Amino acid sequence: MLSFVLQRLLQSVVVVFVLSIVLFVGIWLIGNPADILISSEASEADRLAAITALGLDKPLWQQYLTFLGNAVQGDWGTSFVYKEPATSILLQRLPASLELGLVAFVIAIVASVPAGLYAGLKPESLLGRGVMTFSLIGVSIPTFWQGMLLIVAFGIALPILPVGDRGAVATHFGITSSLWTLDGWSHVIMPAFSLALLKMSLLMRVTRAATMEISRLDFVKFAYAKGVRSRKVVVRHILRNALVPLITVTGIELANLLAYGVITETVFSWPGLGKLLINSIKVLDRPLIVAQLTYTALLFIAINFIVDILHMAIDPRVKSVLRRAA
Amino acid sequence: MTEPFFQVDGLNTWFFTRQGVIKSVRDISFDLRRGEVLGIVGESGSGKSVTGMSIMGQIDEPGRIVSGSISLDGQELTALTFEEMRRFRGRKIAMVFQNPLMTLNPLMRVRDQMYEAISEHEDVSRRQMHDRCIEVLMAVGIPSPEERLNAYPHEMSGGMRQRVVIATALLLGPDMIIADEPTTALDVTIQAQIIYHIRRQIDERGLGMVWITHDLSTLSELADRIMVMYAGAMMEIGTTEDIIGVPRHPYTRKLLGSVPSRNTPGEKLRQIPGNMPSLLSLGKGCPFASRCERATEICGEPVPATQLSATHHIWCYHPFEE
Repeated sequence: MLSFVLQRLLQSVVVVFVLSIVLFVGIWLIGNPADILISSEASEADRLAAITALGLDKPLWQQYLTFLGNAVQGDWGTSFVYKEPATSILLQRLPASLELGLVAFVIAIVASVPAGLYAGLKPESLLGRGVMTFSLIGVSIPTFWQGMLLIVAFGIALPILPVGDRGAVATHFGITSSLWTLDGWSHVIMPAFSLALLKMSLLMRVTRAATMEISRLDFVKFAYAKGVRSRKVVVRHILRNALVPLITVTGIELANLLAYGVITETVFSWPGLGKLLINSIKVLDRPLIVAQLTYTALLFIAINFIVDILHMAIDPRVKSVLRRAA
Repeated sequence: MTEPFFQVDGLNTWFFTRQGVIKSVRDISFDLRRGEVLGIVGESGSGKSVTGMSIMGQIDEPGRIVSGSISLDGQELTALTFEEMRRFRGRKIAMVFQNPLMTLNPLMRVRDQMYEAISEHEDVSRRQMHDRCIEVLMAVGIPSPEERLNAYPHEMSGGMRQRVVIATALLLGPDMIIADEPTTALDVTIQAQIIYHIRRQIDERGLGMVWITHDLSTLSELADRIMVMYAGAMMEIGTTEDIIGVPRHPYTRKLLGSVPSRNTPGEKLRQIPGNMPSLLSLGKGCPFASRCERATEICGEPVPATQLSATHHIWCYHPFEE
């Protein structure tokens, strides 16, 4: 178990390292920030001074090593635009994205797993087909479009929910979040639903497919043949086995929700990371782009790590495969 | 011989699919005595497994028992509600499946899967459940049963898992066990051991057993009586001596002829030419007629049962003479 954790951690470090190179080179290819940041009316001397100040005069590999050295010490550079450390800008925006992503995640899970399970157990029933129709619509409508429809419906035609921004925040237990206030909730619920819709539909389909596949297996028939009550067969035998594929997909989707709320954040003018990333790319604010993309990478790595641990907890076969490998 | 305690009479199980009605089981009747093994033999799709699942009350949508009666100790099973039938399953009738690698839940310990079979029917302490599990595990010849209880299915071999499944079936002392190809997926030496243990349990406990298989050679060692099914219908039923010794039905003869061990070495394997007719478009006559060398015009008419002896019945217009 411990050797597995250490091995995974080591792997993660390698992944982050490789990723940082790809990132750095990729962003360098996009364009020279000096062209955008420095006014075209600036004198040649001012231009050179600015380039030197930003460290853009050095060769790429040297720039990378400087970046890496600082990054290891927790300094991800100073934003070209805000003249503030990239990390602190990131941390300012992070809570808004996290709360939106987490609320969306909870909505997606709570709605999709029971619905998908039901549709998988009774695929021919009216409700089962309804779930499939809903999920088909959910995966087909573009996120920006349903987001705008929601705004028109609940923000304008039936003005019961506020549109745009994050609402009042409060701090409890050292966490500043709008989820502590009712006003905050009224702001978060609509964008969160909009963000959740696609994931919800996707997870419904995954749950349904897994349920249908597992229901056909002999151990489910055997459980019924033992006289086990239907509800217990569903929970102990079907759902538990369906969790194995479900957890993998759920993990990836959670990471997506926390990192890529770009469209929803833009539609609902949510002050989170998604909007920040778009703006940073527009002005080629390299340190900020790198900081955000690294955050995304770390998020995916961390969530995949948790998914692996969960798999080990649920499926004893995984553990014995690891034991044999060790 | 004792009186039969279990009867199936005129059973019809059909599946109502979009393509049409699949008549998987048509007019099946048989009975079973305590301590007796009835073998049901047939090709894939002959309806033998559906017969087993019908008895268990585990026919899934879009299938259902259309008509017929299934009774155990005078209790009509087809009239039971789902919950009443659930209480029958495992307690009165247990079932063993074909693939031991798939019959146990991979995520649960053997202990929990066996305990579950008891606790869903009886309110007993964990200590008692434990003792009963150990007892049945030993009865099917499992060494160090204590360890097996703690194991996950993947930590055991296929033969060991099938023993666990059989032990689970024995847990509540059922009146009968339906075994759907329980040894097909195992290699021959393991097969022999399992059959030995099952036979012993049948004799000791006075169990009735329905043994579903496509393997006539296994049946000839184990079964007291054999029923031959083809395309959902009965072809022939009789004692093992009747069926293996002097088969009268052309299909049974062909089936016996295709058992490899009966051929002389080096000889080409004998197959039955042609395929089973589609269960969607069955005529009223003998379903085997299209593949039968003895078929004539009359085989297109409904086939009545012919009683050849007290134990031997056949559904054929042109049976072989003795």
